[in-house]
Amino acid sequence: MEMEQDFTYDIMGVCLLAGKIMLESGAETYRVEDTMMRIAASFGIAESHPYVTPTGILFSVEAEEPTKTKLIRIMERTTDLEKVAQVNGISRRISAGEMSVGEAYTALKAIGASKSTYSYAVQVLAAAVASGCFLIMFKGSWGDFIPAFLAGGIGFMALLYFHNLVPIKFFSEFSASLLIGLLALLFVKTGIGSDMDIIIIGSVMPLVPGLLITNAVRDLMAGHLISGLAKGADAFLTAFAIGSGIAVIFSIM
Amino acid sequence: MFIAEQLVTSFIASAAFIILFNAPRPSLLKCGFVGMMGWSIYIILTENGVDLVPATVIASFIVAVASQFFAKRYRTPVIIYSVGGIIPLVPGGMAYDAMRNFVQNDYNVAVSLAAKAFMISGSIAMGIVFSEVINQIIRQSRLRRMQ
Repeated sequence: MEMEQDFTYDIMGVCLLAGKIMLESGAETYRVEDTMMRIAASFGIAESHPYVTPTGILFSVEAEEPTKTKLIRIMERTTDLEKVAQVNGISRRISAGEMSVGEAYTALKAIGASKSTYSYAVQVLAAAVASGCFLIMFKGSWGDFIPAFLAGGIGFMALLYFHNLVPIKFFSEFSASLLIGLLALLFVKTGIGSDMDIIIIGSVMPLVPGLLITNAVRDLMAGHLISGLAKGADAFLTAFAIGSGIAVIFSIM
Repeated sequence: MFIAEQLVTSFIASAAFIILFNAPRPSLLKCGFVGMMGWSIYIILTENGVDLVPATVIASFIVAVASQFFAKRYRTPVIIYSVGGIIPLVPGGMAYDAMRNFVQNDYNVAVSLAAKAFMISGSIAMGIVFSEVINQIIRQSRLRRMQ
């Protein structure tokens, strides 16, 4: 009896860890719930109830013994598609019966501790290239490509730097967009760039919470009302931070 | 020339953007392709006078269909491919214009732009949900036929 109870807790630990990693990496709510239920089912727990919100997961398991419930807190939310894909792979292998509870837990721990596969330099370069390309897509002229490239790259670098300095998302986003606005103003004033609006729009694209907004609406439509509203609030805060950073530039102009 | 320029930049932008989200390396080119498909349809529709909202619904629908194809083919979560395709459709420029008008005390223009930006974000989600619903219907009817 005692053994079996411990075993149930171990399974719950694996489910919660998988759910936590996925949620922190920006997976959709339904995918997190689905994965947790699948893992539990593969380990022989027929009935389980995950309750997933962006700030915490409640997981309850019906077994022979009294119902067990565990709670896990989610503090930080980023987007890390590599981790989502890896946890998904682990869940597939568990379903296929290729992994024991212990193995799954160790593998998940390793995924949770892993760092980004791309170095900071590559990320900044990617942000810069994306900003330049977005400028062309939004019908800017090729003459503004270099200013958007520079502003986007430096803005993203500032975002990473400020986020390490002060772990408050609003502050780092606000400072990054303020810097982008300043750079765009500088480029236009010195004659390197021509259209300030389009340079700013292109360069802030790497900061825009596009994924959050769409996930928020999708969660709402799928009936995950609390997740949807919370993600919407998160997206609104980010948009507000970017907007107010740019607004400061307008008011000093 | 205009279309070629749009195709190339949207491919690169989507593939580069997804690096910021730490996407697995093998998926970068596919993400770029999905992004290029969505954006080319969007730009062709809007250049021919289609309103922004239906154009966004159709483009995001195509993005979702392409992502589901890749997701099934390579057995990875669909979100990896759809994110890159959706980002260009996000009304960043419009939200920016709205913010600018708010700051300049032109509230009427600002609110109408903000409402439009909200409509467009909603239509991105609509396109994705549509394609998911259709996907599920197809899967269920296939399951029923097998039984």
